Amino acid sequence: MKHLSVLVLALFACAAAKKPAVVGFAQVGAESAWRTAETESIKSEAANRGITLKFSDAQGKQENQIRAVRGFIAQGVDAIILAPVVETGWGPVLQEAKRAKIPVVLVDRGIKVADDTLYATLIASDFVEEGRLAGEWLAKKVNGKAGIVELQGTPGSAPALDRKKGFEQGITKYSGMKIIASQSGDFRRSQGKEVMEALIKKHGNEITAVYAHNDDMALGAIQALEESGRKPGNDVIVVSVDGVKDAFNAMVEGKLNCSVECNPLLGPMAFDAVEKALAGQKLPKKTVVQDKVFDQANAKEVLPTRKY
Amino acid sequence: MLVFLGLYGFAAARYDGFFTLRVFVNLLGDNSFLGVAAVGMTFVILSGGIDLSVGSVLAFTTIFIATLVGKHGMHPAAAIVIALALGASMGAGMGWLIHRYELPPFLVTLGGMFFARGMAFVVSQESVEIAHPFYSAVQGFGVPFSERVSVPATALVFLMVFAVGVFLAHYARFGMNVYALGGSEGSARLMGLPVGRTKVTVYALSGFCSAVAGVVASFYMGSGNPAIGVGFELDVIASVVIGGTLLSGGVGTLAGTLAGVLIFGTIQSALVFDGRLNSWWLRIVVGALLLVFILFQRFLARTSAVLRTT
Repeated sequence: MKHLSVLVLALFACAAAKKPAVVGFAQVGAESAWRTAETESIKSEAANRGITLKFSDAQGKQENQIRAVRGFIAQGVDAIILAPVVETGWGPVLQEAKRAKIPVVLVDRGIKVADDTLYATLIASDFVEEGRLAGEWLAKKVNGKAGIVELQGTPGSAPALDRKKGFEQGITKYSGMKIIASQSGDFRRSQGKEVMEALIKKHGNEITAVYAHNDDMALGAIQALEESGRKPGNDVIVVSVDGVKDAFNAMVEGKLNCSVECNPLLGPMAFDAVEKALAGQKLPKKTVVQDKVFDQANAKEVLPTRKY
Repeated sequence: MLVFLGLYGFAAARYDGFFTLRVFVNLLGDNSFLGVAAVGMTFVILSGGIDLSVGSVLAFTTIFIATLVGKHGMHPAAAIVIALALGASMGAGMGWLIHRYELPPFLVTLGGMFFARGMAFVVSQESVEIAHPFYSAVQGFGVPFSERVSVPATALVFLMVFAVGVFLAHYARFGMNVYALGGSEGSARLMGLPVGRTKVTVYALSGFCSAVAGVVASFYMGSGNPAIGVGFELDVIASVVIGGTLLSGGVGTLAGTLAGVLIFGTIQSALVFDGRLNSWWLRIVVGALLLVFILFQRFLARTSAVLRTT
């Protein structure tokens, strides 16, 4: 009897798997609200389009992710969506995918490979642009004069490097804009708070603005500023990148001044790319996601529509 | 072994395309570094010790080779030889400390774990790509099995290390010494066995295997990464114990370890094939299996003790 039910289940699985396209999605993990929103977006878009999605969470480990991609290939999926943990080391496994004629769509982070025919397209935000937008917004807000504390993301990660570079480009025209300290808070709220506390002790009232590479660190910094008796949003201008729901709440409360959105809702774009690749169309190597700037003026209207 | 066959059978019935040669070959290739490290770990555990430095030595080896090849233009073969020697000597050093000063292996290898991880990040903070014709040649190499499936070099290394391990454990004097040492250190000493030399060799072997695992991982990823293999040593220990080796030493086989590694790999592959379950289920299943096995072993040990006394 038990055997029979297993058999029936297996048959069922076969029958269900034959018809619609099967797409494997190899995700980094679930380390932040942003990433969870990205996962949800891809899952729900797959459901909308009637695509069977095989989801694998690499728990932040590259070896797990390579294994997942190889598993997808062995299983004979129609296409693979990959959000790579790190930039290097993808040559061998993507070669395998290419030989099996399975198109690979990269989302949110790029990779370094010698042969760029190994993937169909990359769908990602332009981190440099995000940094530049934040820098320009801040310069305008403070009329080109500020003592800035920069809270960097994980050392060596692409978003941290690029958001730093872009911000510097954004403020380079203004000689009064000075970065007085730049330290890593590892994209975490708790670390953002700790680093901010230390910097307040060291620089005190020299600090008139904070630029954080993500919202979580900015929210930590806001806490530290409040505890030191300052008014974030007034005494110290705070700008950050990501545009998560908590950041919108803080903007409505007047504590955060600006957040440059880094859109995680890549599902629709990713599956557009998958469908085009499966139809044999040629895709541009990079598709840039349009990012918007939100500040206290428009935060209130947008807040109710924020899902993440 | 039965558990492995059962699991594989279940997964094969459940998921379309699981019962293919390709998936089985992938199982060997994808778990080759786990398997290689598990062979070394089996000797350590058989001798009554433990080695926690495995994951860090693996990470150090990958980034060390990548940096030598990528940044200093050294030939990969030379870099690999140096890395293997480093792994083995680090293991020997830990073994010597454990033997000479009668220190607990847990703490000495914990120190080794931090040391190797730290060194890996000193060598490089970021992952480094290995682009060298030698690497592409090895990665592209495979023993063709059928027209679509070929056995990759990583799987071959695993099988070779395993074969050497079986020889050492069951057909060489060294293996006998390890079993005797794990059974009872006091009696091993009384029997006049070279206790010190065996201990140092066991840890050197484990260090060497970890370095081989690192080499395999560097081929697998085509790069070196100082952050990989965090918690890897625990996966290795779990595979060995699920394979029936007693943590107290003296009892166990390498064939069991192979089964343990394959069980680990099968669960992971089955989760990818399913594609709906949370991948953390791997940990839950392995944890449950581990508990079941320990209880089972305790039960066996008790019944055999009862049989002996009556």
